[in-house]
Amino acid sequence: MAEGSGPVRTGMTMAEQVLARTSGRATVAAGEFVTARADVLMCHEALTMCGSQLRRVGISRLAHPERVHVVLDHFFPAPTAANARDHTRARDLVERYGITNFHGHAGICHQVLTERGAVRPGQLVLGTDSHSTTYGALGAAGAGIGVTEMTYVLATGELWFQVPPTVRVALIGAGGPGLMAKDLVLAIGGRHGTDVAQYAGIEFHGPRAEAMSIAGRMTMANMGAELGAKFAMFPADVVTAAYLAGRGVDAPPFGPEVGAVYDRTITLDTTDLEPQVARPHNPGNVAGISAVAGTPVHQAFLGSCTNARLEDLAVAAEILRGRRVHPRVRLLVTPASQQVFLDAVQAGHVAVLAEAGAHITASGCGACPGGHQGLLGPGERCISSTNRNFLGRMGSQEADVYLGSPAVVAAAAVAGELIDPRQLWNGSTL
Amino acid sequence: MSGANSDSTVSGANSDSTVSGANSDSDNAVMPGGGGPVLRGRVWKFGHDVDTDVMAPWGVIAKPFEERRDHVLRIRPEFAAEVAPGDLIVAGRNWGCGSSREQAPENLALLGVGAVVAESFGRIYFRNAIAQAFPNVACPGIWEATDDGDELEVHLATATVRNLRTGAELTGRPYTPEMLAIVEAGGLLEVLRRKVAAGELGDGGPPVVETPVPAPDSTRSTS
Repeated sequence: MAEGSGPVRTGMTMAEQVLARTSGRATVAAGEFVTARADVLMCHEALTMCGSQLRRVGISRLAHPERVHVVLDHFFPAPTAANARDHTRARDLVERYGITNFHGHAGICHQVLTERGAVRPGQLVLGTDSHSTTYGALGAAGAGIGVTEMTYVLATGELWFQVPPTVRVALIGAGGPGLMAKDLVLAIGGRHGTDVAQYAGIEFHGPRAEAMSIAGRMTMANMGAELGAKFAMFPADVVTAAYLAGRGVDAPPFGPEVGAVYDRTITLDTTDLEPQVARPHNPGNVAGISAVAGTPVHQAFLGSCTNARLEDLAVAAEILRGRRVHPRVRLLVTPASQQVFLDAVQAGHVAVLAEAGAHITASGCGACPGGHQGLLGPGERCISSTNRNFLGRMGSQEADVYLGSPAVVAAAAVAGELIDPRQLWNGSTL
Repeated sequence: MSGANSDSTVSGANSDSTVSGANSDSDNAVMPGGGGPVLRGRVWKFGHDVDTDVMAPWGVIAKPFEERRDHVLRIRPEFAAEVAPGDLIVAGRNWGCGSSREQAPENLALLGVGAVVAESFGRIYFRNAIAQAFPNVACPGIWEATDDGDELEVHLATATVRNLRTGAELTGRPYTPEMLAIVEAGGLLEVLRRKVAAGELGDGGPPVVETPVPAPDSTRSTS
C-alpha cells in the first residue's frame, strides 16, 4: 500500500516483520517483492525429488544443511516396495547432504517439528507441504512450497516472496459446549470462502485466540491453507512461551507492531456457534451439524496434521468411554506422532478407544491424502478430522468425505451417522 | 500468486491496449513453457475452486505420465482425451486450490495446455507453475466473459486477453517483472543452472559441482 493511500503505517504486521528481517531490510510493506532467507526448511518424502533436481543441475551441497529438517510421513509405514525404496533414497540423501535434523518416521512432519521445538516465533519456515502454515501456531511464518522451489531454496538458502497483505481474524465470544478449534476455522471458510485470505497472511487475535491451546492454534493455522493463506499466524504469547519452555526453547513474545495496517478484519463470534461440518467436496461447503445430522457414515477417521493430537484423542476418548463404535462404522485413529501415541497410551486414552472398537494405526499422514491405512470405496461416506474433502481425496472418486472436529468424528462413530456431539459431550476445548 | 495486486481493467473491443492481435503474428519467439509471448487457443472452461487433487489424483500420481494422463481433470471426462496442444483453460476463482503437489500444473503442461486464465489462483499452485514456466494469468472478469470453445489470444507479459469470438478484451494482473523473469528463463531450475554456471552459489565458496547426469524422475510428491 502506497504512503498516503490509506491508514498511516507506523508498524508492521507479523508477516511484514518476518519478511523484513529475513530479507535484510529495516521495513517492508505489503506488495513489495523480496528475496528472503529461510530459517527452517522442512522436507518430507519430496526430498527425493529435490535430490534428483539438485543432481540434474549439478549441485551436491546444500546452502544450510543445519536448517533442514526431514520427516518421512506420507508413506510410512511403506505401503509399497517403491515407497520403501524412496525412503531408502531419502535416508541416503540425508547422509550425503549432512542433514543432522533427520526425524525418521516420528510422525506427521508439522507435529514432529513443533513438538520437538524445532520452530520458534518469528521464523520463516518453508516446507514441501501445503499445511506448513501450521507453524503459525507458534508465531512463525510457515508456508508450503513445491518441490522445485524447495530445490532452489535448498541450494541457495533463499526464495522470492511478495510481502502479503494481512487479514486480521478476531475470535470473540463464549467457548460453548461441544466446540473445538476446528469448528471455528470451518465456520470462517464457510462464511467467507476458501479464498478469503488468498495471497494474504492471516493473524488470529481476540480472546478466543488468546485462550486457545497450542493444539487448537495448530488446527486453525493448519487450515489457513484452506483459507488460501500464505501464512496463518497466532501472536506468540504466554501460552506459546510455556509450550516451548517445555521443549527447552526460550520464546520471547512476538506479535504485530503498534500501527500495523491490515487489509481487513473478519470477526467470528463463537457464542451460540454449533459444531460445523464441511460437506463434499470442498472444505468451504460448510453447514452446522444440525443441517446434516442423520447422514449415515461408514468410516470415521481421526487423524492428520489438522486434528490428531493428544487433546483431540482425549476428546474422542471422553466421548467413547463406556460406549461402542457403531457396527457399521470403522473408526480409524492415526495419532499425529509417535509422541502423541505414547502420551495417549500413558493417559489411558488408547485403551478407552480400543475398548470402544477403534483401530489405532501407525502415526503418519495415513488415509488423509489417500495414501494408505484406510481408503474409501465407491459409495462410502467418511466423517474425517482432516483438512480436505476434495473429490477422490481419500480413495474412490465415488466416495464422500465430510470434515469435522474430533468430537464430531467420535460422536458419529458411536451413532453410525452424523449427530450433534453435544448429545454425548458437554465439554469444549476453546 | 503472492499477489500482483493491480486492479484489472475490462475494456471492450475498441480498447487501445498496447497489445493487439496484430502483434501476435510478428512475435513468435518461443517461450519456455509451451508458447510464445502471445498464446492463441481454444478454451476449455472450468468452474470455481478446482483443486489440485483433481488435476493430479494421488492414486496415480506415482505413475508415468502416460498412465496418469487420463485421470487429469476427470470432472470433465472428455478433457484429457480431447485436449489439443495449445488449448487454453479458462477457470473461475481459486483455480489450483489445495496441495503443493507440482504434478498439478505439470500435468496440464504435459497435456499441452498453453496457459490457464482464471479469476484467481491457489497460491502454491501459482508459484509451482511459475517455477515450471507454465503460464497462468489472473484475469478477473474472464469467467463471465468466456464460453467453452471460444478462441482467446493471451499476451503473457501484459496479462491482456482478447476473445476472438466476441472481440472483448480484458487486462488482468500481469506477472511482476521478477516472476516474468523466472518464467522467461524457463523456470526456477534453469535459473539455478545459470547460477551454477556463473559460480554464484555457495556461502563459503563455490559449491561442489557434480557432472550433471540425467536423473530418473522420482515418483513421490507432496500434499
